[in-house]
Amino acid sequence: MFEFFKNLDRRWVFLMMGFAVIVPILVQVKFTETPTNLARAVFNEFEKLEPGDKVLLSFDYDPASQGELQPMATLFVRHACEKKLKLYFMALWPLGPQMIDDTVRNVILEEYNEREGVTPLVYGEDYVNLGFKSGAEGVIKVVVTNMRQLYTTDSRGTAIDDIPMMDGVKNIRQMDLMANVSAGGGGTKEWVQYAVTPYPDDITLVAGCTGVQAPLLYPYIPQQLPGLLGAIKGAAEYEALVNEKYNPPVPDDPKEAAKWQTRYERYTEGVRRMSPQLFGHLLIILLIVAANVIYFVEKKREGSS
Amino acid sequence: MKRTVPLFITAAGGFILVVAYFIPHTQDWGEISLIWFDIIASFAMILGGGNLLKIHLSKVSDRGKGWAFSGVTLAAFILMLIIGLSKMGVHPNDNYPGFAWSGNYRETGAPFWWMYEHALKPLTATMFSMLAFYIASAAFRAFRAKNFEAILLLGTAFIILLGRTAAGVVLTGWMPERLSGLRLENLTIFIMTTFNTAGNRAIMIGIALGIASMSLKVLLAVDRSYLGSGD
Amino acid sequence: MKKETLIWTIILIFGAALLAINAATRHAGQVHVQSEPHDHFYVADELELPWGGEVLVARSATAPGTYVHPSGETMTLPPRSDGEVVELVWKDTTVRAKWRKVWKPVEEREEGDIALPQEDDSPDRKTWTTYNQVTYKEYVEATRAAGPDARTYSFSWTRTVGLWVGALFTLAIFSFLYRDNPFYKFAESVVVGVSAGYWMVVSFWDVLVPNLLGKLWPGMVKSWAMPGLDGETEWLYLVPLILGIMLVWRLAPKGAWISRWPLAFIIGTTAGMRMVGFIHADFLSQIKNSVKPIYFPVDSTSNAIYNKAGEIIAMPDSYLTIWSSLGNIIIIVGVLASLVYFFFSIEHKGIVGKTAKLGIWFLMVTFGAAFGYTVMGRIALLAIRVEFLVDDWLWLIDPLHRHAIGGG
Repeated sequence: MFEFFKNLDRRWVFLMMGFAVIVPILVQVKFTETPTNLARAVFNEFEKLEPGDKVLLSFDYDPASQGELQPMATLFVRHACEKKLKLYFMALWPLGPQMIDDTVRNVILEEYNEREGVTPLVYGEDYVNLGFKSGAEGVIKVVVTNMRQLYTTDSRGTAIDDIPMMDGVKNIRQMDLMANVSAGGGGTKEWVQYAVTPYPDDITLVAGCTGVQAPLLYPYIPQQLPGLLGAIKGAAEYEALVNEKYNPPVPDDPKEAAKWQTRYERYTEGVRRMSPQLFGHLLIILLIVAANVIYFVEKKREGSS
Repeated sequence: MKRTVPLFITAAGGFILVVAYFIPHTQDWGEISLIWFDIIASFAMILGGGNLLKIHLSKVSDRGKGWAFSGVTLAAFILMLIIGLSKMGVHPNDNYPGFAWSGNYRETGAPFWWMYEHALKPLTATMFSMLAFYIASAAFRAFRAKNFEAILLLGTAFIILLGRTAAGVVLTGWMPERLSGLRLENLTIFIMTTFNTAGNRAIMIGIALGIASMSLKVLLAVDRSYLGSGD
Repeated sequence: MKKETLIWTIILIFGAALLAINAATRHAGQVHVQSEPHDHFYVADELELPWGGEVLVARSATAPGTYVHPSGETMTLPPRSDGEVVELVWKDTTVRAKWRKVWKPVEEREEGDIALPQEDDSPDRKTWTTYNQVTYKEYVEATRAAGPDARTYSFSWTRTVGLWVGALFTLAIFSFLYRDNPFYKFAESVVVGVSAGYWMVVSFWDVLVPNLLGKLWPGMVKSWAMPGLDGETEWLYLVPLILGIMLVWRLAPKGAWISRWPLAFIIGTTAGMRMVGFIHADFLSQIKNSVKPIYFPVDSTSNAIYNKAGEIIAMPDSYLTIWSSLGNIIIIVGVLASLVYFFFSIEHKGIVGKTAKLGIWFLMVTFGAAFGYTVMGRIALLAIRVEFLVDDWLWLIDPLHRHAIGGG
């Protein structure tokens, strides 16, 4: 038995990890989230804004990190819609525009605009997709001073001058808030370095980023980066705050309740993903402990022999 | 000509930006130079694609081991280029129906979108998701509490792993309000905002100094290694 | 046949049978769409007159090619194609004006607009259909209700095949966990080709066309792919074009030195950006961020303890002041100690050695945190793929209430 665990084939570890993630997803356990200060800070930065304020959303990620970042992107857009802000989308990653398309479809077109009693958001007047430009920090440094040189058209090929919400917008310092979803290089770090730091009074940045990046960004908090959602946990906390404030109560009528579910259950991605997260974490701890037990037992055996 | 001109271009390209940072009147120069940079970055992507084409074409023509898979890569690459550059299946932009080419190349339902949605997205996402398995395997193989430093590392990792899930609440939720700072979820935040911030800040300062000195060396032509060897 | 091959063959056949049953009995893995018609007709001409200003002239069915301006003046236009500059007779003089067709969606047609062209191939009317994905639940509800728009809902072969392709690709990648195999190799080869192609297409349409070709030859780009584009030729953009071509020259067998020029430009620009950016944000600002009071009385609500509804349940008190002050002290000590560890010019002995040791401890905690967060990230990435398989493809769960399990 000891020998089996000592020389455990890694495929057994893989299998355990598979189960740790699949089973909670199939069982659909959900835990409640208690938001911490950083998620609350992101929430508050949005809450401070008035209807009609401008928010820049830079989606600097791709499908490879959607597992962590998509809930954040979805929530940023939803929060901005609920606050009736003007949404300006852009992307520093080549797959960013596709992420923007997907999020806009999920939140604005399929949910927000379908609600009864709301004025549907109109492309070009309430939200615009400026699309991707290559160059990462090179793009940031241009858009902080003059974005019209680089963004002559939006992602659909409409001239910038023909887009009503671009009237009078010269650079991103005119935005009231900037929210960034970032999967790595050409993301939050660069936004802090080349946009926030040179213009601390003009640009307020909040970000959602992957687990790998999050610890590296803490030195910027809070002076250069007031709010940060780190990995899926950050997303789940922010989700709890947004849902708490903006989800209407579940109707009593079962038919209406079903409608409510199809509408608002899309905003539970973060909390749903926290249960495989829990079991995955426990497994990792268990593996480390087991490996150490094996290590010490072996050391003891070697010592006694 | 082959070595001196690049050194001059490097210095000019860099110092324009440094000057533009400090003197607002020269901001326009910096902007132009950066826009050129952004455009050339796109050429770099083309160069990447071209390189891929070159490598795999030679693999196919050599008929070496696994050449058929190089063929698959080539076919996928060329297919993507054809359907993407020709905007195959893309309808015109609603604002300009008279222009057949005015549509969005990412239009939902068009072949290029199909390849993104059903090939690129599942493939890249799954590739990265495999890391979950490998990190589990690494956890089992690599982490031994051999000394105090290793114990610190593992202890922190455990607190974070528990504190950032419901496990933390379950394990230490019973602690009284006065001691709430010791609850795992709060301890996690404390570690992140103090120890982690301090450590990462020191690393950040070190890297910043390193990058600044390296950049200066490049701009002043002290470091010319990027030009490669030969003439 | 080897025993292992046999086992795998049986597993695969059994799995395929289960999939087929699941798909046939529960409609799992089917994708449905709703069609959306787009129908536009050529309603007017817009003329940009040389003295500024634009006139919109509605088309008239009675005298095509001749338009009567509201002022009563008559204009005649020669045959032309889109985006052209036309010569027209205006108040008995010939002037050159930019001319553009104006289109209108059929559903917005008003009284007085020209009659809709009825021929299928009329150049004056453009129709096409796009399809939006709907959930199985929506599809079933719409077709059951048999309302007027029920016919717009349909099963989509291409997207269903796509979903299955995506699922099989996912499994092919996962199969590598057992061992390297041709399915994995195939999937891997596809992803390399597809991503490189995707990146090139994106950089072409999103950057090179609007930002380079559109600046150098705006007229051509305007009449071809970006009718909304405006502006005059800016010859300065020849520089990035030439540098770009020089960069791509790297692929040529000869003249590798040519690509050094653009490379030098990229490196110089990057160095210039980073030198200032890193010093400002990661050095000076970090020193500034670390200058903190070591006694930090908490008097704001920023450190209060909140309940779930966001109400303060415990106000900051002396206890929190201790924690915050401690936190600040830890940061200051930690940054300094870790920096001492990185300082290799002095031998790590005596007090320096002890401080460096403390620095190592801080760094170890930092690495522990990084490891914890990395694990978090990786598991989330796996979770979304599993969700894709069991929700989107197999319909084993339905967290978003899309598949109407039991009701369909």
